[in-house]
Formats: sequence, structure tokens, C-alpha cells
Amino acid sequence: MKQLLILSGKGGTGKTTVASAFIHLAEAKTYADCDVDAPNLHLITGEKKAPLKEDFFALPLASIDPDLCIACGICYEHCRFHSILPKEVYTVDPFACEGCGVCAFVCPVEAVTMVPDAAGQLMLYKEEDRVFSTAQLKMGKGTSGLLVAEVKKRMREGAVEKEFAIIDGSPGIGCPVIASLSGVDMVLIVAEPSISGMSDMERVIDTAMKFGVKIAVCVNKYDVNQETTEKIEDFCQKQNLHFVGLIPFDKEAVRSINEGKTIVETDCPSGQAVKAIYEKTMDLLLEKED
Amino acid sequence: MKIAIPVDSNIDEVKVNDSFGRAPYYLIHDTETKEDLFVFNTAARSAGGAGIRAAQLVVDQKPDVFLAPRMGQNAADVIKTAHIDIYKTEGSSVKQNIERYLAGELSPLDDIHAGLHGH
Amino acid sequence: MKIAVLSGKGGTGKTLVSVNLASVSEGSCYIDCDVEEPNGHLFFKPEKIEQEAITVKIPVVDQDRCTGCRACVDFCAFNALAYIKDQLLVFEEICHSCGGCVLVCPEDALSEKDKAIGSIERGISEDVFVHTGIMNTGEVSGIPIVDRLLEEIALESERDIFIDGPPGTACIVMETIKGADFCLLVAEPTLFGAHNLQMVHELVALMEKPFGVILNKCQEGENLSEIYAMEHGIPIIGRIPFDEKLGLINSNGEIVSRVDEGYEQLFASLLKATRKAAAV
Repeated sequence: MKQLLILSGKGGTGKTTVASAFIHLAEAKTYADCDVDAPNLHLITGEKKAPLKEDFFALPLASIDPDLCIACGICYEHCRFHSILPKEVYTVDPFACEGCGVCAFVCPVEAVTMVPDAAGQLMLYKEEDRVFSTAQLKMGKGTSGLLVAEVKKRMREGAVEKEFAIIDGSPGIGCPVIASLSGVDMVLIVAEPSISGMSDMERVIDTAMKFGVKIAVCVNKYDVNQETTEKIEDFCQKQNLHFVGLIPFDKEAVRSINEGKTIVETDCPSGQAVKAIYEKTMDLLLEKED
Repeated sequence: MKIAIPVDSNIDEVKVNDSFGRAPYYLIHDTETKEDLFVFNTAARSAGGAGIRAAQLVVDQKPDVFLAPRMGQNAADVIKTAHIDIYKTEGSSVKQNIERYLAGELSPLDDIHAGLHGH
Repeated sequence: MKIAVLSGKGGTGKTLVSVNLASVSEGSCYIDCDVEEPNGHLFFKPEKIEQEAITVKIPVVDQDRCTGCRACVDFCAFNALAYIKDQLLVFEEICHSCGGCVLVCPEDALSEKDKAIGSIERGISEDVFVHTGIMNTGEVSGIPIVDRLLEEIALESERDIFIDGPPGTACIVMETIKGADFCLLVAEPTLFGAHNLQMVHELVALMEKPFGVILNKCQEGENLSEIYAMEHGIPIIGRIPFDEKLGLINSNGEIVSRVDEGYEQLFASLLKATRKAAAV
């Protein structure tokens, strides 16, 4: 199964808008949303049945038994994450605790135990003909790389359509992005023609290159800044990356999304542009290896 | 000699697993006794550093060589420190990969990727 | 006042708002806590840069004392240690610097050293003090950098402080919020924008900080974020229209309020409205 991952580097460039359009055009049966911090894809893909939900457990949290605690302060002295709140009764800040276990180790009266903690929730939409895997990380949690790996694993395991899968990636260049890159065949980068957008695009391309995947780039809202768009095209040429198209800024796109429709379901300029990019990208994804 | 491979499960006709650090089991095949040992991967559910913990687990079994489809930098470092070679698997048949390795048809695993950096 | 500018996701206009509010507020401070992808400095182009390295503690092994008991390997919740061929290996980029391995070692074989995970750059752009947090790629957490950035401004009472927050709702965002008196939530008008506003709204409400919304990229038609804000009684501090000129200037890395009088006035009004809301 060939996997296409859609990335951006900078947030807000239009990954989910493009990913949802691709899913619609391809009538894709296998797709996932790896942006576990702020998943949006489910808002537009229109699944009918509720998903199967499963709690996701990563690191445990420290828990202080108020009956055993003698308020000696040893845990507070040793905690490096400011997670121990020293009051009359010592408690643990669940948002700051990283689950290292040091407090449990140093407590002289064994008042601290490490308890399982649901860091997020996995959601699997499974209808007879398709599977959509997504997840939501709980507020304040930091272990998103593993959750991304889990989302992709469930997508692969439930894969109905064996030919290809489309993955909406996460923004940035950190661990969740690396986790989403693992095992994919191709990356489509949705870039934005701004200084910060281009800077972030270059960083994510740098990361993607280490994985030896095919890389394609398109520019969204290209007409906001033609000069920077050209710089991006030049960059792609010099780096031998596939430049697959330009999408104009389009108010119709916003309207379409707000109605819960992908941009290729309404007749609009951005939709037309994405159709062309889709053809080129899928050709690259599915072509035989040299 | 003992050959270690990440696998999907611990039953017969098992396939090579896609990942190294998060494979559910490792198969340790002894070419002399023709016996197979399945090692359960306790690292698979780790929040981070799965490759390191998994590599430690398998190195403790003292294999002579590792066969894997891909591997992160950290796991590779552990295995190389143990002076064990790593070869790249092709396809998902465990049996075929072992035979091809013994026939000298597999190549060393060179494209070590950045890994998940512990998350 | 100390204002944290946040959004549920990237690209909504946090940097646009924080950079421009800082520019129209005389002698203010701009603090960039989006340490993974700091962008404010691209607009301010600060001068007279001073750099401070931010470090965390990483274990160092005395291999002669180490007996291979593996107490540390077993203890480490992050799998950052492995014992191979009579050597204890430390994986620095996975280590969360909790100090646990040093504590559990029965042979005193572990001590700690400092490792740089990033830096803070301090400079000036016209009358604005620009502090930028930069995290090295692949590091575990940017929280130590945010802590240091906020430590410095904790006692500041005269200048206005504008904190450009990281996107999302992860722990680093919570750390950022702790340093603020008031939070500005920047939201886009789309379906996705409203969904992300909801997430960051829940976060600031949980942390019991006062907040208000700035609607960015406004165009005609339904603004789902505005509807969300009204339904939940969130004060709307102001609106920034989408217009091509603003988009062009901003995408060229220029500060719109410094380059155009119209935008200077727009942000001056936003600043006034923010002050009013924060003073309540």
C-alpha cells in the first residue's frame, strides 16, 4: 500500500483543505489524520457512524496518597518539572508531571505511586468500505509522536483499500512529524508564500529528505505574494523536488469548508487548481519504481 | 549461528514486521538446531525510546546478526556497540530472508533514519 | 500588562498580532515562546543581539565504577539508557533530564553534565525589546527555554509584554500561559478555525486566566469563530480583515503597522481594546 503524507512545516497553510480534497477525488478508502494536537480532518470528511474510541496510554502520572504523605518535601526538592504542589496536602500537577518516577523513588513513606494516565483518545471510523484513523491528544500532554505512530498503525491494520492511503500530517518539524514520515512513500508539502512559510518549508524538506521519500511541493494562496512563490519554485528546481502546482487564494474555499464540503465539491478556482495537483501527485505516488 | 528478525506475531508462517522498535515480537532463529525462539517486545508500548529498549532486549539474546527492513539511529547505535551486523530484509517472508542472508544475497542496512527521537 | 497571544493551531496570526501590538506600544517587550519555529525575529530583525545558551542536565557515566547492575536502565521511564558489552550507553536526545538514574545508581557511577538544548537571543528593534527562544531541532522539550524567558519578565511592571505563544494546547503552551495576565486568542473564520478556538478556549478557562478573542482574516459571510465566541460569551477584542495588501506586506516579513498608517491605526485600536479588557 502506497502512503501519501501531506505536510506543511508552518501551520495554517492548507494541509487539511488539500488532504480532504484529495480524499474526495480519490474516493480514498484508507486515510488518517496525524495532527493529533488539533485534528480537523474529521470535520470535513463526513463519516456517518460514530468512531470506535480507545484511550491512549503513554507515560503514567505520579499520584500522592494524602493518608500516607507526611509533607516532608523530599519529592518537591527532587522534581525537575515543577509538578509537586507543596501545600498542607501535597498534590501532583497532572499537566506538568512527566511520569519519570523520581518522586515515587525518593518518597520515604511510599506515599507516591505511578498510575496509568490516558494521554489522549484514538478514534477509528470504520464503515464497510473505508477506514479513517485519527486521535486527539489531551490538553497539556507532550507525548504526541507515539500517538501518531498508533494512528498510522491502526490505519494500516484496518486498511480496506490496499492500493494507497492518504495521511493528513501535523505541522512543525518535531517528533510528531518524524513519526508521521516513518514508512510513507511520498510527501506532498503545501507551502505558503511568506518568509516564515518558506523558512518552515525548508526545514521540513530537510527532515523529509533524511527518510529518502519522494517529495512534491505545491504553493497555496500563491497570489498573495508572487515573488516568494517564485523563490519557492526556484528552490524546488535547485533541490530536484517535484513542483506540482499553484493554488490561488479563494474566498469560495472558506465558504465551501464552512459548509462542510471539500473545495473540489464546489466549482471554484482553488478546487480546479487542486484537481490538477491531485492528478500530478497521484501519478508520482503510483508510478512504478525505476 | 543465531539470526534475529522483527516479526508480526509468534505463530508459524509469521511475516517480517515493518518497524524495528515497535515490532510485537522478535524471532531468534538458530541455524544449527533449526529452532525458533520468539521474544515478546516489552518496548513496543513505550512512549519513547522504543528502539533502544528493543535493541537491548534482543542484544541480550546474543544473536550473531540482525535482519530488519529499517532501523532508527538509536537502535542501530545499540546494536553496533554490541558488534552485531545489520542486514536489510527484502519482502515479508521470514523464511526467504533467512535463506537469502545465508546465501549472501542481502545487503547491509545503510540508510539508518533519524528515528523518532524518543517520542 | 503581560499578554499571551495564542491560537489552537499555527498559521492563524499569532505572530502578526503579537509583533504588531508590540510595535504600536512604546518601549514594549516581545517574547517569542514558539521555540520550535520562532518567527517574530524575522519581522523585527533585531540588532545588538546577545545570546544565552539554555541547558539541561544529562547523565555522564564513570564506566570504571559501573558494575552493569542495570538499575538505571530499568528505572528510566524514557528508555534513554542501554547496557551493552560492558558499557552503559546514554541517549542524550531522549533523556528527559529527570535525574532519576543518578539517584538509583548504587555505585555512584553516574553524575551530570550540562547540555545545551537551545538559546535565547535578546536584541532591540527600534524601541521594542525582542527576546527570542530557539530550540535545537529534535530536543525533547522547550519548556526550560520558556521558563527562562518568562523568569526575566516576571518582575517587569512598566513595559507592556507581548508573548507570542506556541500553537496548540500542549504542556509548553500551558507554561507560556502561566506568565501572562491576559490571553488573546486569535481565530480564523473557518470551520477549522472555530474548532481550534474551542480547544484553546478550554485551555485558558482551565488555567483560569482572563481572555478575549481577536478575529483574524475576516471576510464577508459567516464567521464561525465569531459565532462560537458569541455563543460562549467570550469578549471579542477586535477584528482584522483579510486583505491582500496586508497579506502581501506580512508575507514579505515586514511589520504592517510600521509600514502603513492604516494598519498602525488598526493595531493601535486593538491595543487600546486589549488594555481595556485586561484592566477589568
